[in-house]
Amino acid sequence: MADRLNMQVMLLILGLVFAFLYLPISVLVGLSFNAGGMPTAWTGFSLKWYGALFANRDILRAAGNTLIVGLVSAGIATILGTLLAIGIEIRRRKGRLLETLIFAPMVIPDIVLAIALLSFFSLLDVRLGLHTVILAHVVFNLAFVCAVVRARLKSFDWSIVEASADLGASMLTTLRRVVLPALAPAIIAGGLLAFTLSVDEFIIAFFTAGPERASITLPMQIYAMIRFGVTPEINVLATLVIGFSLVTLALSQRLNRGGLPGQ
Amino acid sequence: MQDRRSLVLVAPAFAWLTAFMVVPCLLILALAFFRRGLYGGIDYEFTFENFAMVLDPLYARIFLKSAWIAGLAALIAAVVGYAAAYAIASMPRHRQPALLFFAILPFWSNYLVRTYAWIVLLNREGLIVGIARALGFSGEMPQMLYTEGAVVLGLVYNYLPFVILAAYAPLSRLNPEISEASRDLGAGRWTTFRRVVLPITLPGVATGFVFVFVLSIGNFVTPALLGGGQFQMIGNLVYDQFLSANDWPFGSALSMVLIAVMLVLLTAQTFANERASTGRQSAEPVDG
Repeated sequence: MADRLNMQVMLLILGLVFAFLYLPISVLVGLSFNAGGMPTAWTGFSLKWYGALFANRDILRAAGNTLIVGLVSAGIATILGTLLAIGIEIRRRKGRLLETLIFAPMVIPDIVLAIALLSFFSLLDVRLGLHTVILAHVVFNLAFVCAVVRARLKSFDWSIVEASADLGASMLTTLRRVVLPALAPAIIAGGLLAFTLSVDEFIIAFFTAGPERASITLPMQIYAMIRFGVTPEINVLATLVIGFSLVTLALSQRLNRGGLPGQ
Repeated sequence: MQDRRSLVLVAPAFAWLTAFMVVPCLLILALAFFRRGLYGGIDYEFTFENFAMVLDPLYARIFLKSAWIAGLAALIAAVVGYAAAYAIASMPRHRQPALLFFAILPFWSNYLVRTYAWIVLLNREGLIVGIARALGFSGEMPQMLYTEGAVVLGLVYNYLPFVILAAYAPLSRLNPEISEASRDLGAGRWTTFRRVVLPITLPGVATGFVFVFVLSIGNFVTPALLGGGQFQMIGNLVYDQFLSANDWPFGSALSMVLIAVMLVLLTAQTFANERASTGRQSAEPVDG
C-alpha cells in the first residue's frame, strides 16, 4: 500500500517535470501554425508564416552561413577529434595535461572563450568573418567528437589491431582498413553531434563573426529578432531549429547506440 | 615507439587547441594586467588596477548579484533535478533509459529558442496572461517578464536536464539491498532516505549544482533576454567591456575572476567526490 502511494508520488513528479520541460517548447511549435500569429488567440491552422519565413532573404542568408560553418567546422573537428581519440587511447602514458586540455573546451564559459578569441584575432589583425567562426567552433567540436569516439574505443577489441600488424599491415593500413571502419558509427555520430552544436552555437559566433551583416549566422539572426519581441516569424524559425536538432540527434543516436555523452 | 606514433595522431588537435584556446586565454590573462589606453586601446604597462576595479562596490555588487542568482538557480535545479532523477530511478529498469533520454533531449535544442519560449509565456500579452484573462481574471497581472525571477526560471529551465543526468548516475547504481537493510534494522522510510540514500547519491547532484552555478554565473544571454535591458550580471558586464565600453583589460580581468571562481568550485567538487568515493570503498564489504 505504502509502495503504491510511493509510486504514484514518483509518477506525479515525473509528470510535472516533463510538463515543465516540454510545455514551453510545445507552445512555440503550436503557435507557429497559428494563422493570426499571436500567442493569446488561436485563429486557425495555417502555414502562411512558414511561407513568409522562406521569403525572408536575411534569414535564408543566415541559414546558409550557419550551414557552411556547421559543415566545415564539424568536418575538421571530426578528423582531428577522431585522430586525437585514437592517439590518446593507444598511448601508454596517460598525460594529465592532455586530459585537461580536452576537458577545458567543455567547461570554459562561452563568453570567456569568445572574448579571448576576439582579442586574439584582433591582436593578430585577422579580419573577422565566417572563417574565424569556423576556427573557433572547431575548438569545442573536436572535444565532443573526441569524447564520443573515446567512449566507443573503451569497448574496442585491440586484438584485431595486433592481428592486422601480425599479418604485415603497416600502421597506416591498419588505421585505414581496420580501426576506422570499426569506429565508423561513432565517428559519424560524433560528427553529427558537432554539426548540431555548431549550428546552435551563438555566443562564440557572435564575438568572432565580426560586424559585417554578410557573416551573420542563424542564432545571431534569432537573437537579434528576439530582442525586438515576439513575432510569428520567430515561432516558425524556432520550430524549424528544434525540428532540425531533433532529427540530427535522432540520427546520431541511431547510428551509435549509447554514444551520446551521458547515455 | 607506441607513444611516438600516438603523438602523430594527437598533434593536430593539440596544436589546434593550443592556438585557438590556450594562447587566446593566456592573452586575456596578460591583458588583464595592462592599462586601458586613452582612446579605448591598450597601454602596455603593468598594473593591478583592473582587479582592484572588480572590488569597486559598483562591480562587486554585480558580482554578488550574479552569484546569488546563479546560486538560487543551481539550488532549485539541484532539488528539482534530484527529485526527477530519483523518480526515474524508481521506475521499472527497462523504462529508465527512455525516460532519461527524454529528460535530456530538450538540452540539445537551441538555447536561444528555449529562452525565447519563456518570453512567449511570460510577456504582458503572453500566454499566461491570456489564460488568466480567459479564466475570468480581470485584475492587474504582476510583471513576470524582465524580473529577477524570470532570469532564475530561465536558467533552471535550460540547465535542469544537466542536473537530472548528473544525479541519475549514482541513483541508478544504488543497490536496493542497502535500503532494505536499513529498513530491516528498523529505520523508517524518511530516515533511510536521509541517512542512507542521500549521503551515497549526493556527489552526483553536487556535480550538477556546481555545473549549473558555473554556467549561470557567466551567462549573458538569459539576463539580457529575460531580465530586460537594465539587468546586469557579470556576463553582461564582460560583454559591455568588449562591445561597447571598449575596456578590454577590465573585461579580461572580469573573465579571469570568473575562471578563478569556476576552477575553485570544480576543484573543490572533484576533491569532495574523491573523498566520498574512498569513504564508500571502505564500506564496500557491506553489500558483498
